[in-house]
Amino acid sequence: MNLTAQFVIDASYFAAAFLFIYGLKRMSSPVTARSGIVVAGAGMLVAVLASFLYYFGVNDAALPHLGTNVVLAAVALGLGTAWAWWSGKRVAMTAMPQMVALYNGMGGGAAACIAAVELLRTSAVHQTIPLLLAVVGALIGAISLSGSLIAWAKLNGNINGVWRIGGQQILNGIVFLATLGVGAYIVFVAHGHADPAVVAAFFIGALIFGVMMTMPIGGADMPVVISLYNAFTGLAVGFEGYVLQNPALMIAGMVVGSAGTLLTLLMAKAMNRSVSNVIFSNFGAGGGEQQGEIKGSQKPAEAGDAAINMRYASKVIIAPGYGLAVAQAQHKLYEFVKLLTDAGVEVKFAIHPVAGRMPGHMNVLLAEAGVPYDMIYDLEDINAEFKEADVAVVIGANDTVNPAARTNKSSPIYGMPILNVDQAKQVYVIKRGQGKGYSGVENELFFADNCNLVYGDAQKVMVAMIQAVKSLEGGGH
Amino acid sequence: MDLATTLTGFVALYIFMLAAFTGYEIIGRVPAILHTPLMSGSNFVHGIVVVGAMYALLNATSTVEQVIGFAGVLLGAGNAAGGYVVTERMLEMFKPSDRKGAGDQKKA
Repeated sequence: MNLTAQFVIDASYFAAAFLFIYGLKRMSSPVTARSGIVVAGAGMLVAVLASFLYYFGVNDAALPHLGTNVVLAAVALGLGTAWAWWSGKRVAMTAMPQMVALYNGMGGGAAACIAAVELLRTSAVHQTIPLLLAVVGALIGAISLSGSLIAWAKLNGNINGVWRIGGQQILNGIVFLATLGVGAYIVFVAHGHADPAVVAAFFIGALIFGVMMTMPIGGADMPVVISLYNAFTGLAVGFEGYVLQNPALMIAGMVVGSAGTLLTLLMAKAMNRSVSNVIFSNFGAGGGEQQGEIKGSQKPAEAGDAAINMRYASKVIIAPGYGLAVAQAQHKLYEFVKLLTDAGVEVKFAIHPVAGRMPGHMNVLLAEAGVPYDMIYDLEDINAEFKEADVAVVIGANDTVNPAARTNKSSPIYGMPILNVDQAKQVYVIKRGQGKGYSGVENELFFADNCNLVYGDAQKVMVAMIQAVKSLEGGGH
Repeated sequence: MDLATTLTGFVALYIFMLAAFTGYEIIGRVPAILHTPLMSGSNFVHGIVVVGAMYALLNATSTVEQVIGFAGVLLGAGNAAGGYVVTERMLEMFKPSDRKGAGDQKKA
């Protein structure tokens, strides 16, 4: 290898690793977050441009193909970037989780491709440890690829419902062990000189396992799974980085691997589930059977009355859920909130950790409507304030405000932290109909004495509320 | 790919260990409101895999290797570019209340 080229590559990778970590650090505070992604993006650009310098140091065997390979690399880079840029600009904020899943799956696939090239290069002398990491990275990357595609299809509505067969877990176990066995054969018996058909069988097994592992998991649990696959891809990238002796891949991959693992655990904890529980059990399928009797009745209220009640309150806390975003009512909601704050009402947003479809997804959806982030509070920060609130408003949320999580030990959501909206003096729940939440559990809150339900599409309800307050102001002068 | 293994055994383990703690520390103190952008941001960061795929493709010696390498670069570039765009779009929307009068809601 040309020494200058090698130095430039090494220096660029070092810069990239620094910029990634510094960028992620900046992304961890709302004030600096925006510059964080730009910093990390600069790191990526530097690393990719420097990688063309590999041109000066390819193996002798690859020299006759070098011209073709460089053109192929440029074309692949161009196509991949153009498609992803275009699709990323178009995707709606509500569809963000599945898009992240898709991009993540692509990364897992790329890691698997690196491993595939290495494993098919039977002419080379292979050492056991790089070979082992190549195989493990390939396994994780391929599972992440096919699993993320299924997660994307499920959240996108291309695959509906869950797909389960009898003895599924035993079958999954057999496929996994078989794939692992083939991988072990490649490393320890064939020492990297396995027949291409065996290598292909290994990848096919891993891909099938990713599909089978993801198919039985319901939509509500999908964010945890996407986060898990994000961590998987990180690990796969880190391992392939060792195989290629590339510290930038090792560092970036392992940072994401551990950050993603922690994020997955935080999400699962917020849903009161363990990660193994999400992967191996089937929540929500049989839910709603072991219900206790709920006393009381659901009392409807008019949107206008509720709005005027809030206008004369001194403190209002709003608990939004994914239903708000589905109805595309965030903008109208914020317009209503501005009317309230102009009238001197203290308004806060209370966000449950799993509101929306990923932790923090609801914040993104509110931010899209222009809601400033300092009006938005996490569960731990706001739960004590519901006691002082005159009105709590629940919009398109259900399980995250169900008091059964505190009181009813037989409830499937027992123990999950919830927003204590029921402690406010008055609760309004805006919902489309009398249905149950994502978990299929009946909500005691709706039957409480201090709770009234405003039925209707969230967007139309918000318009009616805005009109009610505006007509009040108009009549007052 | 007869690579000289310079990052052997323990050096590699040190890198992995320190990187793992770095990732843990970065996410551990983040408020929940940033979890989705940060997951997307970390998704972007592992898009660096495209660099490894470029190495594999440039060193390809057969058609099979070229096809797989091409797929790797294509997928890796998609990971990096897509991850960047969606993260940037999400973070762009986070504003404090003193700027709320601007009302520049991006429609992309």
